[in-house]
Amino acid sequence: MGLRLTCGGNTLSAHGTVIIDTEICKGCELCIEACPPRVLTMSSVVNRLGYQYPELQDGCTGCAACQLFCPDFVFEVFRRPRAAAATTKEQS
Amino acid sequence: MKLMEGSEAIAEAAIAAGCRFFAGYPMTPFTELLEHFAKRLPDEGGVCINAESELEAAGMAWGALATGARAATGSTGQGLSLMQESFSEITLAELPLVIFNMARGQQDYYQSTRGGGHGDYRHIVLAPMDIPEAVELTQLAFHLADKWRNPVLVYGDYLLAHTHEAVDVNPIVFDGALPEKDWALDGSLGGTGQSRLVSPLGFEKSGRESPGIEAHLRRISAKHAEISATEVRVESGYCDDAETVIVAFGPPGKFVRYVVAQLRAEGEKVGYVRPITLWPFPTEAVAAAADGATRVGVFELCAGQMIDDVRLGVLGRAPVVGIGGISTDASGFGVGPLLDVEIIRERVFALHRDLPLPSLPDNDRSF
Amino acid sequence: MTSTNTELKVIGQQLPDLLLTAHHHMCPGCGEPLALRGCLESISDLGLSQRTIAVAGIGCYTSFSMTTDLDLVQALHGRAPSVATGVKRMLPDSIVYTLQGDGDMVNEGLQEVLHAAARGENITCVLLNNGVFGETGGHMTATTVLGQRTKNSLEGRDPTYHGFPILIGDLIAQLEGAAYVARGSVHNAGSVARTAKMFRRAFEVQMRGEGFSFVEVLTMCPTGWFIPTIEGPQYMQDTLGEVHIMGELKVDGVIHTTDELHAQNVLKAAEMEKALARGGIDT
Repeated sequence: MGLRLTCGGNTLSAHGTVIIDTEICKGCELCIEACPPRVLTMSSVVNRLGYQYPELQDGCTGCAACQLFCPDFVFEVFRRPRAAAATTKEQS
Repeated sequence: MKLMEGSEAIAEAAIAAGCRFFAGYPMTPFTELLEHFAKRLPDEGGVCINAESELEAAGMAWGALATGARAATGSTGQGLSLMQESFSEITLAELPLVIFNMARGQQDYYQSTRGGGHGDYRHIVLAPMDIPEAVELTQLAFHLADKWRNPVLVYGDYLLAHTHEAVDVNPIVFDGALPEKDWALDGSLGGTGQSRLVSPLGFEKSGRESPGIEAHLRRISAKHAEISATEVRVESGYCDDAETVIVAFGPPGKFVRYVVAQLRAEGEKVGYVRPITLWPFPTEAVAAAADGATRVGVFELCAGQMIDDVRLGVLGRAPVVGIGGISTDASGFGVGPLLDVEIIRERVFALHRDLPLPSLPDNDRSF
Repeated sequence: MTSTNTELKVIGQQLPDLLLTAHHHMCPGCGEPLALRGCLESISDLGLSQRTIAVAGIGCYTSFSMTTDLDLVQALHGRAPSVATGVKRMLPDSIVYTLQGDGDMVNEGLQEVLHAAARGENITCVLLNNGVFGETGGHMTATTVLGQRTKNSLEGRDPTYHGFPILIGDLIAQLEGAAYVARGSVHNAGSVARTAKMFRRAFEVQMRGEGFSFVEVLTMCPTGWFIPTIEGPQYMQDTLGEVHIMGELKVDGVIHTTDELHAQNVLKAAEMEKALARGGIDT
């Protein structure tokens, strides 16, 4: 799988992030609507199949709605445990 | 020895051969075979399902076969018409299905040997002449089905189904080891990356070498060529110096055999060829018999279908004449008055003397 | 991974355990892979992977026969419930399910599935219902709803000419042999999660040997509906969703009315919305 990472969701308030396998996406855009915090936007370039693909903006909560709703199994989802997130705040 | 109806003997023979699944739909004269399976299979740890139609019966047998079980289905010609699609694809899925056609005569010859389905597919077809031979060929059917992973059809009829004969049904051990059923499904390889696929399409699971449809079809037709070259079974008699040779199969074949022996005893130079496998057809035996003969007769209980294969065997060596015909009982389900030694003898003799054939006897419609 | 913080926890799975590869050639926006995820993840979650035999019908989803990592027998169009019957009768301890489309099951194989249900066969039949023959490019099936345009109902399905859709889930629920009948959908993440639960319950019914279980899943087919992929979910709700009412139609032998299902749907949708907003659904 041509894994190309386009993950930007790493500000302090975010609890999650995703890895997107952009090379097997077919550009159906179902994930865009499905994402509750609306942090997925379609790329301007196309993958090897000729499809645009989703890119992650800030604010991902790791809710996995995108993974659930992706017909091409493109999303790997991670969530930072809430407690750990809190300590990160104190450290900075 | 036990006095048994043909249908019972065939069911017992199938069970003796290890058949543990049967599905069917009642239809004369096949019904009794279904009854015996329904009565006997459960106490052998087997399953017999009264399918909602013949079509589903074939589907159910397909599922049972996929688990590696010995399984069978059947009907009479009319019912088998509903099952042809499944038979074609079961052949391509290389599943060892045994099919029983308890036919209403011999007019299902084309259906059995050419098949009513689609595509390049063949079934081995075994045609017993009486109940003892049916017991043997039924068990042979399961053996050949597993040997070649190909459907085998047993061509029975009303006479075999509904007459009784004293017969022994003992398991027959055939020589030659059967191939392992490593393709059979039991669910155990799920999630291991080695799970199995039973499919007529010729594809493999993702990540494995997949022959694709064309290569798959070619391999199967090569298998059919091999079967055709090695699995012919035929019985010939008195052909060495025969001027007239009669070709006939099944119970009518047994009548012809008796008539020929009778005429031979009276010094007439007649011979017979009785195909036991209708496919692969015994072309060479027919050709050999026709070599010295002046004429070849074909006795069938139908309008004439096997006669085409006989012509292909004879290939012009001698004229080929149909001396059988359509002859049913009043209900149209069973065999008619044509299946009678005296009547058959008259017709063989007329052919032998180049006399006009007597007209066909009509069935007695008085009741 | 960008974050140096190693405390990130993996949520869910990108690819279900029982799929050999993510690659498939369903059209963009197709709902079938979403339903398949629910089905396969229920099987592996219930620890049934090494007991299950799949029986696939013929339709777009047939290509999953080659990528599903389960012992699988490919059946003819419409015949899967019969083949599954033969498999299950020979291997009563196995878990057997069929994967079929609405054309496969409700057109070609209606007799097979109704009789399998009436016999109470201990199998699970899965119907991917998108209201069209997808594989042939969008033709009318028995579940196409009135007014729905397809390649052979260009002006929309007209009851006086094309007749009425068959509500297969409701039909099957009436049969004594059917123990669990549910109709889910995959038109949003919440419904995908809810449908996954239906799969789980259906397989549990089969594990307990309680008889026939049935999971119908409404799936999007933008290609066969001649609409952009993004409009699939809404189109599905406006057409199939209005007629084939989602919910658990029969549980423990009790049949639920359409009104009960409507009420449940409103409740469930709100629940799912809240869960997503809170940060995730546990499927």
